Amino acid sequence: MKNNILFVQGNEACVEGALYAGLDFFAGYPITPSTEIAELLSYRLPAKRGKFIQMEDELSSMCAIVGASLTGKKAMTATSGPGFSLKQEAIGFAVMTETPCVIVNVQRGGPSTGLPTSGSQGDVMQARWGTHGEHAIIVLTASNNQDVFAMTVEAFNLSETFRTPVILLFDEIVAHTRERLTMPEPDEINVVDRLHTSVPKGTDYHPYLPREDGRLPVSDFGGVHRYNVTGLAHDMWGFPSTNPTVVYDLMRHLVDKIQGHSKEITRVKEFFVHDAECLLISYGASARTALHVVENRRERGEKLGLLELQTLWPFPADVVKKRCASVDSVVVVEMNMGQILHEVKRVTDDGDKVFLANKIDGTFIAPKDILDILRIIQGKGA
Amino acid sequence: MAVRDYIRERFFPHLWCPGCGHGIVMGAMIRAIEKLGIQKSDIVVVSGIGCSSRICGYLDFHTLHTLHGRALAFATGLKLSRPELTVIAPMGDGDAFAIGGNHLIHAARRNIDLTAIIMNNNIYGMTGGQYSPSTGYGDFATTAPYGNIDPSFDPVNLVLGAGASFVARTTTYHVTSMINILEKAITHRGFSVVDVLSQCPTYYGRKNKFATAVDMMNFYKTQTTPIGSKDKEKNPDLIERGIFIQEERPEYCTEYAKVIEKASQGG
Repeated sequence: MKNNILFVQGNEACVEGALYAGLDFFAGYPITPSTEIAELLSYRLPAKRGKFIQMEDELSSMCAIVGASLTGKKAMTATSGPGFSLKQEAIGFAVMTETPCVIVNVQRGGPSTGLPTSGSQGDVMQARWGTHGEHAIIVLTASNNQDVFAMTVEAFNLSETFRTPVILLFDEIVAHTRERLTMPEPDEINVVDRLHTSVPKGTDYHPYLPREDGRLPVSDFGGVHRYNVTGLAHDMWGFPSTNPTVVYDLMRHLVDKIQGHSKEITRVKEFFVHDAECLLISYGASARTALHVVENRRERGEKLGLLELQTLWPFPADVVKKRCASVDSVVVVEMNMGQILHEVKRVTDDGDKVFLANKIDGTFIAPKDILDILRIIQGKGA
Repeated sequence: MAVRDYIRERFFPHLWCPGCGHGIVMGAMIRAIEKLGIQKSDIVVVSGIGCSSRICGYLDFHTLHTLHGRALAFATGLKLSRPELTVIAPMGDGDAFAIGGNHLIHAARRNIDLTAIIMNNNIYGMTGGQYSPSTGYGDFATTAPYGNIDPSFDPVNLVLGAGASFVARTTTYHVTSMINILEKAITHRGFSVVDVLSQCPTYYGRKNKFATAVDMMNFYKTQTTPIGSKDKEKNPDLIERGIFIQEERPEYCTEYAKVIEKASQGG
């Protein structure tokens, strides 16, 4: 199937994945290094009778996709660094109102305007906690174009399943790397659509009364059921409430529907982990360098393994804990000052054997950056 | 249908203060919709944050109570997704002119078919009476204890300048005219802005020598005048009410439908 092979950037792979997943609506604002996603969708979406709009700012782009999603459309926005900061309030609105949507953040150097054209993984914690208030969220990432495609489809599927915003936390390096993308056949990857209510017209519909399994069948705006959607704490009708029992149940539901399904949500890739003595844990672009080091050292007989995280949040605690338990040392490879490192230490019984190999100067992490740390661990000096 | 058929009685009593003008605006909005005969399930009401925005809970339409200032941004996504729905965005003056000012001018520029109803009471009521972009120079507010030094926006000229194709002003005293204007605003194919002067006796009134809501409505009665009236020539301080502009211009969703046609034919 030669025609199914494309040579594209990560941003283009994301667009292909979104269209495959059934994207209907995109709103965005120009920002480096995610702009190609908007450019490409402005061309592709109307051709499939979808809608693209360039909004007046980052905030309104995020708001517009929530509005679109409420009418039953699959909606996405894409941004980077400062734009991700600006979207946080409306991401919280999507969390609170349980509106499915996908937010792409192509990470660049920060804080502030930082390094607009350089790679970074500095937004891991912001993706988790950027919007105010206690909440749970799903954050996925990928290290190559094939996985960018797959994780984008996955983001829509999880978003539709759990009625939650899902953040795709890519980085400038993957976004701008041109490489092969094999397009899956139309039915090759499962595509999930949100569950609609079976409550008939004229019968009382409770838009915010979860089923026993925690799922919340929806009725689209414009449909037969009219109800209220609010960012305030609300009861089963979607009407504002400050009743402590109502608020408690809502908070538990919002968190449990994601944390309680973390096994279902967790995606990792494992390379040479079964007999590894030293385990690298990485994600996104950094995982490419980590994999290179592992493959290289394996050829020399060194027992290195790689655990590549594709789900960052909810943090894949079980698999990290299990893999860390059977190795002598762990090196977390990331392009920040240890945002995932602290999570790994938190879930590992022996935090002292967990080390960090990182890069924070805007350049891509190189094998040498990891090998230097390995030498220290092996007692070979710096 | 009766007015009560458009209301979610389950959620009454409402939270507006005695004498508040917002209930009058809600009543007029319902009567306009009833006259137009639009089905309840074809209407979406999108509000922001503030006293005005609570209108959403009480109305039996599809209702979306969003973020402070962002009603029009949510409404834009919603309308573009389902252009056949009638989308109405009631907002407050702080909501529309301050934190949401950017969305107001850009919705006007795009001429997307939304109806913005600004329930303009010249104050931030929900937070306890701080001055807004429509609080007058010299007025008092809880954050202007020495008198407000911020000049106010002229909302009508603001949105006219931004390109709105329907702009009107009315007051809670002129209910019959308000219903009529709202009917036209909702029917207009393009972005409509209706600036409704709506009294806040609790905060604006109390701070600015209006003893009662009735005094404030009397102010609307005596200090406003139809657009182009002779009274205005004699007394330029009078506030004009009526329809300032009503023009057919290319509407955003209609224009986008043309983009889809072009794209579907392969550019």
